[in-house]
Amino acid sequence: MNDFTRRTVLQGGTAFAAAGALTGPALFDFAKAWAQTAPWKAEKDAKLTVMRWKRFVPAEDAAFNEMVAAFKAATSTDMNVFSESFEDVQPKASVAANTGSGLDLAWGLHTLPQLFPTKVLLMNDVADYLGKKYGGWTDAAAATVKQGNNWLGIPVATVGGYLTYRKSALDKAGFKEFPKDFPGFLEMCKALKANGTPAGFALGHASGDANSWLHWVLWGHGAYTVDKNDKVIINSPETVKALEYCKALSDTFIPGVASWNDSSNNKAFLAGELYCTGNGISIYVAAKDDPTKKELADDTYHALWPIGPIGKPTELQLCVPILAFKFTKYPNAAKAFIAFMLEKQNFDKWLSGARGYLTHTLNAYDASPVWTADPKNYVFSQASKRALPASGIGTPGEKAATAIADFLVVDMFANFCTGREDAKGAIAITERQLKRIYR
Amino acid sequence: MTIAIDRGQTKRAPRDVTTWDRLKVNRDWLGFWFMLPAMAFLILFLAYPLGLGIWISFTDARIGRVGDFVGLENYEWLWDDSIFWLSVFNTLLYTFVASIFKFAIGLYLALLLNENMPLKAMLRALVLIPFIVPTVLSALAFWWIFDAQFSIISWSLKQMGVISQNINFLGDVYWARFSVIFVNIWRGIPFVAITLLAGLQTVSPSLYEAATIDGATRWQMFRHITYPLLTPIIAVVMTFSVLFTFTDFQLIWAMTRGGPVNATHLMATLSYQRAIIGGVLGEGSAISNAMIPFLLAAIMISWFGLQRRKWQQGEAND
Repeated sequence: MNDFTRRTVLQGGTAFAAAGALTGPALFDFAKAWAQTAPWKAEKDAKLTVMRWKRFVPAEDAAFNEMVAAFKAATSTDMNVFSESFEDVQPKASVAANTGSGLDLAWGLHTLPQLFPTKVLLMNDVADYLGKKYGGWTDAAAATVKQGNNWLGIPVATVGGYLTYRKSALDKAGFKEFPKDFPGFLEMCKALKANGTPAGFALGHASGDANSWLHWVLWGHGAYTVDKNDKVIINSPETVKALEYCKALSDTFIPGVASWNDSSNNKAFLAGELYCTGNGISIYVAAKDDPTKKELADDTYHALWPIGPIGKPTELQLCVPILAFKFTKYPNAAKAFIAFMLEKQNFDKWLSGARGYLTHTLNAYDASPVWTADPKNYVFSQASKRALPASGIGTPGEKAATAIADFLVVDMFANFCTGREDAKGAIAITERQLKRIYR
Repeated sequence: MTIAIDRGQTKRAPRDVTTWDRLKVNRDWLGFWFMLPAMAFLILFLAYPLGLGIWISFTDARIGRVGDFVGLENYEWLWDDSIFWLSVFNTLLYTFVASIFKFAIGLYLALLLNENMPLKAMLRALVLIPFIVPTVLSALAFWWIFDAQFSIISWSLKQMGVISQNINFLGDVYWARFSVIFVNIWRGIPFVAITLLAGLQTVSPSLYEAATIDGATRWQMFRHITYPLLTPIIAVVMTFSVLFTFTDFQLIWAMTRGGPVNATHLMATLSYQRAIIGGVLGEGSAISNAMIPFLLAAIMISWFGLQRRKWQQGEAND
């Protein structure tokens, strides 16, 4: 989901803040009071350099910056915040970890803190404090940042991806509600195609969209790249089943999905050519913000990913964890800032600013106003609960991240679905590459 | 005698002349001293990165972490990697086809532009347009032109009733290769055309006059005057053109990211995907180093093959 088109699409929708959230002076007062009682007192003259990923939604950025300003005023910590594109966050954080300088905090993607577990400041106390106060962490979020019992970072949020569809097309195809299992989903896609209102999911190198739906298909069949001990187990009958299911699905898709990148489905859906796809909430938000697309927005709904033969949700969602480096001179300020971000007074407003793009990882925020402000947002509130870590059932970390970045699973499915390889060949290529990554 | 003694006392005994003293003033070494700044520059910015790249390819380095020496492991792995070989094939195909077309069309265009015609200067400037548009921008424009759903080409053909369904330009293996090669040709022609045009203008008109008097046809004039005199320029232009094409990255990355199913992955894009996106620097460097032999071969062919003529050394043509 790291394309700039989506972000620019969303730029229309600024200035959205939940009613009743703290702003201006009230926020500063809260920040001051919070700083007095917080378990972590920022060091005198502390200075924090924070790197974050570039935002999709301007209102999210605005809420974040307001929070930074309040924290700065309340604790007299000098805050230097800068953003990097999705692709650049991880390399820069890795270099900082290795050189021991440059950054104090890094807010990145997936399992970032697992890439250099010895270089991060343990967040056990922060996780404990927040978890107790806000109803505990979701399993997937915790797994993403935990090593044993240690918290290597704090899973701030999840960038959820779910099914976006046109209700009128489903009605016409005879589906009262969105299918909840794999066979039903396939039937629906077939019916959609027969009606000339096709579904479509990226089979190209779309790092967000293609990875998320193809991992869902793979995991839903009980197939994984590696097992709990990181042994490569892709060569399995389950994988073959997943490939065959995917092939049947892809035969019903709108033509051209093999060339799709992360923004292609947004374009096609908003142009009214695509009737069902997997995506972040951005398609709906863009339709909502465009007065000429009111009809489309009204007809657009979201659904959870159907559950596969293994009988439980198997979603790949994009976690966005924050970490502090061990070498920071101001560990207390860093911890205080992270805890401050996730306090209700800040986080509710922040979630609202993100308009459903970000999903909470602390259970108490199930009740956050963003999920009820628009009932169509609700599906996205589940993203942190129904996900597996990016590594599936394997160890979250660098190896899993490399496998995803190199599109191993995506290429395996694409090879098979486009007919370039048979199941055996497609799996063999992937197995060989996985074995090298996990050697 | 006294004078001699005085001298000996007031002046210090001459010290031995060291090798360093000699080198400082030696005229044979003077050239070396003058070359030193340029050499330092080249070593720092060319030789060192190249050497580093080669070294990294022998390690298992990842981004942000120095790797351990693993010998030829990266290369052995690539040797059996079907995607790597696919990228080699793609790169060769891309370079070969695109270069031939760029040369043929570029030369033709240069010959046309060399004629006397109205608005000559303006036409010559216009030809340069594909070259001056930033590559990424033109690639993005073509990405839309070849879009699966919104292609203007598909749309037009559909309106005319030629096709009933959109052409899967970037989603079909063969169409995708055709599309990216087409864009590369479109972008590369102006460079070839304008440089060859410059070459054409150095050919003395008196040669053509003499040939006309001898009754030569236009083809004969091209074959025996223009072409031989243009050869050195062609060699340089095509060397550059092949090098640029072989190492192309932006077009592919903006249009297909190597897809569909790696059918347009070039060595450069695969190297980037593995090294920077995937973080495996060692393997990525090995892929980019694997381009060196091909590039050297291209340079050798053009310099030794096309430039061996004696007039290069100022002697008569043969």
